[in-house]
Amino acid sequence: MRKLTALLAGLLFGIGLLLAGMANPTKVLGFLDLAGAWDPSLALVMVGAIAVAAAPLAWAKRRAQSLLGAPMQLPAKRELDPRLVGGSLVFGIGWGVAGICPGPALAILLSGHWQAIVFVLAMLAGMLLFTALERRRSH
Amino acid sequence: MSIDGVAIDWLNFTPWSSLAGGALIGLAAALFVLFNGRIAGISGLLGSVLEGGEGRAEKGLFLLGLLLAPLLWGLFRVLPTIEFQSGWLGLLVAGLLVGVGTRYGSGCTSGHGVCGVSRLSPRSLVATFAFMAAGFVTVFVLRHLLGG
Repeated sequence: MRKLTALLAGLLFGIGLLLAGMANPTKVLGFLDLAGAWDPSLALVMVGAIAVAAAPLAWAKRRAQSLLGAPMQLPAKRELDPRLVGGSLVFGIGWGVAGICPGPALAILLSGHWQAIVFVLAMLAGMLLFTALERRRSH
Repeated sequence: MSIDGVAIDWLNFTPWSSLAGGALIGLAAALFVLFNGRIAGISGLLGSVLEGGEGRAEKGLFLLGLLLAPLLWGLFRVLPTIEFQSGWLGLLVAGLLVGVGTRYGSGCTSGHGVCGVSRLSPRSLVATFAFMAAGFVTVFVLRHLLGG
């Protein structure tokens, strides 16, 4: 059952990204371009998402188990370290270069555009690079 | 170029579909936490599946749903416009930065920007401010200073 809800949640997430305009890099860059003709639409994506997700997430915080009996796994880390800020800045630069973040990258991977395939392969390489560097650090 | 001089692009402004799409994203995040007890953060899920972490099947199925979304959409309607601004080199550089950055920063637009900000997590608020600021500055530099 949890596998089915996971699949459905993923599908819904992707449909939401497509409907919202997040899957169109040109629109994302129009949102990030404050000094050009600014398209504020994507701010409303966050407003809509947070408005719907806030109450369920607050409820989840007070529970040890999900409705289907899975352990509730919310991030427990609290400290604001340089990795958090540095990593987020690097991510933001990459987001600003192409107008693509991880969710939309996957949601357009099978849409028939070669650009999405190049981006996702590079993103996976970046993630694997992180894993390799982390393994070296811990040895 | 000053903040009070922001020119709104009314022609491309899509308040209703963006709000509705956002609500669907929020609903998906809500379902995933209510039923699976997990945060719908795409970079975290992807990184975890790559590393072979716990819950690989559920995480992989969520990501599979995300991959299948355009195919499901395509059964009923024409896909919305997907238009790229970068060539292959830009896409490679951007993809690498996004991959490395989201893993070091423990999240992206979904995990920090939607789920974390919804929970008012201090880490996510800081991360979201950082990647939004970096995104705004990068586009400013590339479009207006370097004039791409």
